[in-house]
Amino acid sequence: MTSRLSAIALNTFREAVRDRVLYNLIIFVFLLVASAPLFSQISIDVERLILVNVGLSAISLFGVIIAIFIGIGLVSKEIEKRTLYTILSRPVRRWEFIAGKYCGLMMTLLVNAALMTVGFMIAVMITSHGLKAQDMHLLVAVYFTVLEFMVVTALTLLFSSFSSPIFSAILSFSLFAIGTFSLDLRNFAASAHGITKMFALAAAYLVPNLASLNVIAQVAHDQPVGGALVLYNTLYTVLYSAAVTAGAVLIFERRNLK
Amino acid sequence: MHAIEIQDLSKDYAVGFWKKTLRPALKGLSLTVESGETFGFLGPNGAGKTTTLKLLMGIIFPTAGSATVLGKSVHDPEVKKRIGFLPEQPYFYDYLSAPELLSYYAQLSGVPPAGRKERINSLLERVGLGDVGNKQLRKFSKGMLQRVGIAQAIVHEPEVVFLDEPMSGLDPLGRHEIREMIQGLKDAGKTIFFSTHILSDAEALCDRVAVIHKGELRGVGVVNDLRAATGGTSEVIWQNAQVLTAVSSLVMEPHVSADTVRVTVSRENLDPLLEKLRQQSATLISVTPLHGTLEDYFLSKTSEPEKEGAAV
Amino acid sequence: MNQSRKTIVIASVLLVVLFAGAIVALQKIDSARGKDAAIEEVLYLPSGKTVKRLSLGYSSLLAVVYWTRAVQYFGNRHLQDSKRYDLLYPLLDITTDLDPQLVVAYQTGSIFLCQSPPNGAGEPDKAVALLEKGIVANPEVWRMYFTLGFVHYLERKDYKAAEQAFRKGSEVPGALPWMRTMAARMAEHAQDIETAMLLWRGIYETTHDKNVRDGAVKHLASLQAEIDMRELRIRVRTYHEKKGVWPTTWTELVRAGLLGGVPVDPAGQIYKLLPEGGVWVEDPSQFPFLDQAALAN
Repeated sequence: MTSRLSAIALNTFREAVRDRVLYNLIIFVFLLVASAPLFSQISIDVERLILVNVGLSAISLFGVIIAIFIGIGLVSKEIEKRTLYTILSRPVRRWEFIAGKYCGLMMTLLVNAALMTVGFMIAVMITSHGLKAQDMHLLVAVYFTVLEFMVVTALTLLFSSFSSPIFSAILSFSLFAIGTFSLDLRNFAASAHGITKMFALAAAYLVPNLASLNVIAQVAHDQPVGGALVLYNTLYTVLYSAAVTAGAVLIFERRNLK
Repeated sequence: MHAIEIQDLSKDYAVGFWKKTLRPALKGLSLTVESGETFGFLGPNGAGKTTTLKLLMGIIFPTAGSATVLGKSVHDPEVKKRIGFLPEQPYFYDYLSAPELLSYYAQLSGVPPAGRKERINSLLERVGLGDVGNKQLRKFSKGMLQRVGIAQAIVHEPEVVFLDEPMSGLDPLGRHEIREMIQGLKDAGKTIFFSTHILSDAEALCDRVAVIHKGELRGVGVVNDLRAATGGTSEVIWQNAQVLTAVSSLVMEPHVSADTVRVTVSRENLDPLLEKLRQQSATLISVTPLHGTLEDYFLSKTSEPEKEGAAV
Repeated sequence: MNQSRKTIVIASVLLVVLFAGAIVALQKIDSARGKDAAIEEVLYLPSGKTVKRLSLGYSSLLAVVYWTRAVQYFGNRHLQDSKRYDLLYPLLDITTDLDPQLVVAYQTGSIFLCQSPPNGAGEPDKAVALLEKGIVANPEVWRMYFTLGFVHYLERKDYKAAEQAFRKGSEVPGALPWMRTMAARMAEHAQDIETAMLLWRGIYETTHDKNVRDGAVKHLASLQAEIDMRELRIRVRTYHEKKGVWPTTWTELVRAGLLGGVPVDPAGQIYKLLPEGGVWVEDPSQFPFLDQAALAN
């Protein structure tokens, strides 16, 4: 099981790495981070603020874009090119395929985020002339970004297990946008009444909670992130992504692959 | 134990936007393939050949009926270790090299890491790709890809090999090479189940064939019997028009242009004709089996009205 | 097929269990972050203009989100009887930067801002700033001037500014004629209860916000009680002048022909007759805006 799963994961990773689009994005992010000090020439004193905001937002946004654009093709491309037939005619269970794809894309995103973070931290070091203790908060923000990738990847994989790439992309981006405002949705649900409340509550807990995973503004102002939040965010992300992946397995298990 | 046993297998596809209309792709197929046999699954495009293979691979689920391979359910991972499959016109991961691709598939099939590399190298040698090195598959020709396809189907040394239209889209040389490869598998004692809409391929390789049309089985038979049943004619071309008078009783539809003669000859008259030509020192140019043999059988089967008056 | 069925059963069970776990974790997250978590981000936002630039053309959608946050923030604070509403103005400012035409944000937002805590933020100057921003963006909305005059008159006691606001509002096409009446009343009827009632009635009739409407009802009740008690005190004093003693029950006044019946306050309870001519309501909690000074009169 593990060897098959890791083989699928590694192959997914290898495909992404050999795809030049990925490199272009990384180069773009490096350029962005490198040019941040130039932006800040305009407004003195907020140099670091701008750098942290631009850098962390770029790591998050590019990761999400990569997650969605690779994620939508993970299953459909294998069906379209009939490579899935050569996999499923082997002793590979369908859930292993889904889990392997998930791990492979996460591996890609982790490497991607790690590279971007190294570039970003170097830029921070240059602007602040060394690293401070508060800069650890920046890494917490990056960690939350990786948690965000886990959620987005799981959702994209779920959609790609039953719908076309375009439709999966639309669904994934919509849920990403809604998830950013998930706390507003829960607050709204809490203040609603009757049937509306029931639907609103169901929707509020069904959509991914990405609101608490975004602490970029907070760490940009050197505010610490509570340990409880780190713990519960981790717990939530693992449970939610696993639940979504289980959903993808359920759909894929009985699917007739044309 | 049969190598493959298919019982009353049916598959309907739901079509239309609301998936409400059912289109039958396979109607109650039953057949068995014996161990060590090379079995040809014949039919025109859209007859249900690929649907049958997908059902046998567990890629789609039957509407009714069942199929076993090596005595077990097609969904059993133990069975899947012992079968190989080449889909129709496969694409493969074009960012991989041939050794990488085979190594990936070997891993998925549970080939132990020890000796995996050697096995892959010798396999590549066997399918005539010993010299491709680390070239990515995107740079491969169609014929090379098909050879990679055969290699991936047998990398784990399966007992039963399923091939979906292994020779389609290839030039005559490519077809010949693939045919040789299948012959090699046959000689190695593998059970081979392959689908094709090209009759001469089946004729050359198969012990038995089944003919399927519009999702229904139209007949199963031993190739030699079929050939005998359908007779068969050949086209013979030679140089030296004067010989024609000596053999005119043996041939049909003679055509003469300059010194070249083209005739049609029945199976029983073929050997006497060739004998005569040799005696008369005529220069033989070609002997081509005409669209007859299996094709006659095939046509007679596919043009039969559908059973049970199923309205079309 | 058995293998597949097993996978389906396991995946279904996992789906339910994991999702339930995720909901619990989410509730833990919310309690770890506190009620105002979504709102606190305004602390880090440079300005509404930046948010607008980042909203990629969906600024009016985002304005609605921020307006909802402002209402929710106000509601939560109000429930806790909070004295501080620090984030209210930044939220309203961002909301109206995102969508300058969102009239409700200026109208209701300024009423949230202007009243003294715990009924509002106690920041009438910021309320004025918000309304003036709203008037620049929406000069055709005469009700905006009404609210501005209201804030100047009741919360800032700036009668000249109030008069100006009402006058300018009355010049807007479509403005109701009583805007001119209000303008005229401003200076001469400073601290006049009837004027205050007119203003609150105006608010009551125009608002759609439950908080504001409830507040207006309480204000109107308090003002009505104040008018009633002023009149009752006069009658009690007349009784004292006539009889030389203070009445102890309302019946005595009725018998003396000074009252038509036992007087009832807007909450439906009988007014209390205090020793030495004082009049007060039975349950002052029903009238949070009743001027304490009235007791002394």
